[in-house]
Amino acid sequence: MKKQLQITVNGELRQALVEPFYSLLDTLRDEMHMTGTKKGCDEGDCGACTVLLNGKPVCSCLVLAHSAHDGEVTTIEGLAVGQDLHPVQKAFAEYGGLQCGYCTPGIILSAVGFLESGEEPTEENIKHALGGNLCRCTGYSKVIESVMVAVKATEKATG
Amino acid sequence: MKRFEYLEARTVRQAVSMLQRYGDKARIVAGSTDFLVRWRQGVWNPEYVINIQRVAGLGRITYSARNGLRIGALVTVRTLEQHPAVRRRYPALAAAAASFAGVQVRNLATAGGNICNASPSGDIIPPLLVFGAECRIAGPGGDRWVALDQFFKGPGKTVLETGDLLAEIRVPPPPRNTGSHYIKHSPRGAMDIATVGVASLVTLEGRRGPASEARIALGAVAPTPVRAYSAEEILRGKDISHELMRAAADIARDGVKPIDDIRGSAAHRKDMVGVLTRRTLEQALSAAAGGPLNFEEQRRLTIQAAF
Repeated sequence: MKKQLQITVNGELRQALVEPFYSLLDTLRDEMHMTGTKKGCDEGDCGACTVLLNGKPVCSCLVLAHSAHDGEVTTIEGLAVGQDLHPVQKAFAEYGGLQCGYCTPGIILSAVGFLESGEEPTEENIKHALGGNLCRCTGYSKVIESVMVAVKATEKATG
Repeated sequence: MKRFEYLEARTVRQAVSMLQRYGDKARIVAGSTDFLVRWRQGVWNPEYVINIQRVAGLGRITYSARNGLRIGALVTVRTLEQHPAVRRRYPALAAAAASFAGVQVRNLATAGGNICNASPSGDIIPPLLVFGAECRIAGPGGDRWVALDQFFKGPGKTVLETGDLLAEIRVPPPPRNTGSHYIKHSPRGAMDIATVGVASLVTLEGRRGPASEARIALGAVAPTPVRAYSAEEILRGKDISHELMRAAADIARDGVKPIDDIRGSAAHRKDMVGVLTRRTLEQALSAAAGGPLNFEEQRRLTIQAAF
């Protein structure tokens, strides 16, 4: 039986009537029509569906939608402020951290989650933080480079 | 994919009474990382799903030198990876948690879920076994305690009976001069399941003394994670030399009967038990004598991805 749920998505309170077996991913895409978050494997291997749930990266395909009730979700649609891209988005665009772009929303949300985690932004820690995201195009070098650039940009901005 | 009735428990007592009422027709979910995949595959078809994610009190983790580590069943694997006391006192557990899936799964997956799913390859299980973990099970008749090495009955099978809920895992404080290490051997460095996982622990009587304790636990080479008791025996009470560790590794290797599957052949697994037992013992011994590695170094030695 469908049940009502409410989730704050990118700062906006949203409601939906969803089946108990619905994932957070299907709720975002099919019920809330926010298709920025991508469905890759739908079984927690590829990381394409990564969003922040209460500030932490999660595979939205593995989250029961009703478990996210009353929670806060950040998706790729919520990162830019007006026309200003998030520093991570900007770095990916400028340094070629993407090709086809399908894995990109998930990778960017993983990177944003990492930058907000307070972990030391060494290359090794970045690689470890992005280990759960697959990309079939870039070979990862430019992905890692882009995140390193975003780290420097963020450090500069916050002094 | 079969529709199910969805229930949420807010207290342990409520969860227990729901489990009692629905018995085998019910399944507990917490992080739901295993559940949603298995349900979509049609492998798990419960009529009732009981979500315990909002049960009060099960998300707590505490450490004290006297009582050791207390891990609520809902503590995430990510918390085990990051908790300062786990990193310091139980390095094999912190590193095993870091080797588990990816950040976006570790933020969801719970300690209780990894144990109750009773997969032979569950990454946090071998380190918990060498640290002597015990499980607090809440049931209709109250709480009872079961040692973790008595908890598993087979793949996906545990001692939990109708109405039982794993509530907490307690891990005694390791004695002074204890070192521990876990190595996970798998094709991919993240989001993968161990082909073989081995944890070892060594406690020395003084920094250079003989080993007062030695424990070895093996993952993914038997129907459940297992202790390598006969390999441990030849180390206990002895001055541990490289020859002795090699001998223990051979005993551990000869004592397992793994299966062939998509991740590796039985022969390969057997060989890897020998290799990883020796390497984890060497690292545990060196940490017992000289202190633990920092977390990043330990993690680097733990995740050994190779085809």
